[in-house]
Amino acid sequence: MIAFWILAPLMVVCALGMVVSRKAVHSALMLAVVMVSLAILYAAQDAPFLFAVQIIVYTGAVLMLFLFVLMLVGVDASDSLVETLRGQRLLAIAVGLLFAIVLVAGLAQVTVGAVVGLDEANIDGNVPGVARLLFSNYVFAFEVTSALLITAAVGAMVLAHRERLSAKPTQRDMALARMRDYADRGVHPGPLPGPGTFARHNSVDTPALLPDGTPSELSISRVMRARGTVRDVEADRAAIARVDDETNVLRGGGDR
Amino acid sequence: MSPTPFLVLSALLFSIGTLGVLVRRNAIVVFMCVELMLNASNLAFVTFARQHGNLDGQIAAFFVMVVAAAEVVVGLAIIMTIFRTRRSASVDDASLLKY
Repeated sequence: MIAFWILAPLMVVCALGMVVSRKAVHSALMLAVVMVSLAILYAAQDAPFLFAVQIIVYTGAVLMLFLFVLMLVGVDASDSLVETLRGQRLLAIAVGLLFAIVLVAGLAQVTVGAVVGLDEANIDGNVPGVARLLFSNYVFAFEVTSALLITAAVGAMVLAHRERLSAKPTQRDMALARMRDYADRGVHPGPLPGPGTFARHNSVDTPALLPDGTPSELSISRVMRARGTVRDVEADRAAIARVDDETNVLRGGGDR
Repeated sequence: MSPTPFLVLSALLFSIGTLGVLVRRNAIVVFMCVELMLNASNLAFVTFARQHGNLDGQIAAFFVMVVAAAEVVVGLAIIMTIFRTRRSASVDDASLLKY
């Protein structure tokens, strides 16, 4: 079983990475690695049907759902480091380690007997075997699952539905509101300044410069500022000044 | 191959999932850790199915997957609803029932 010994350390490392990574998106990607590896382990253990279901349901549907919600909630929503209960984190790590040790030690002492193997059960193929059981012994559970799935779907729709409490603002309303803001507070009624007009950097992470040389806060997306990926104008200005100095020196040496 | 390594891996993944649920504050990451625990138990189910030579374990794993899919849908919808009202996905912030 080479596959197991390659995948098992990878899975444990990725699972740990999922727990410790600061950004939720990284956690989701680590979880994807664990789930695909699990699917391969299912295939190695004579469960091709579960292999396909694991890939389709977990890595396909569940993880996509996680990523969608992460995008809706905002990628910059990272963990708070404030401990509401004093020492909870250390205690939790200790308890988790203890749990792992107890579980693994317990498993190490158990003798599980000879492996029968699924060759006989899978004699007409794994999928017919699973189907035969599912539609005979487990048919009631299977029917109940359908009720569960439809309830879950309806529940999710009810929870995600947002009732509109006020009328949708029309273009006219918005224009009036803009002009009112201009009259009351002097807010500029025109469009926001575009980003990326700083000398040689023409990208959205570069703030536009105001006439007095200060970067304009309004020209950068709120999300980029939250993530801290806005270009540092002062660093750019220093770099440009340095390049200008060097070219002046070179040109001066050539001309005079 | 003996089932013990599979079971140990399953136990480790389950413990890591437990640790994540206890340590993390972000509700979505906590949810991912719950998924990891469910997956770890599935691995144990599939391993025992192979060891006992019948497919009941695989059926159990299949049902766990179905229920987990339903649970993810509802759970993420709840997280989104909470986020919409409180602008936060931290499990510490939803504490109104305490008072």
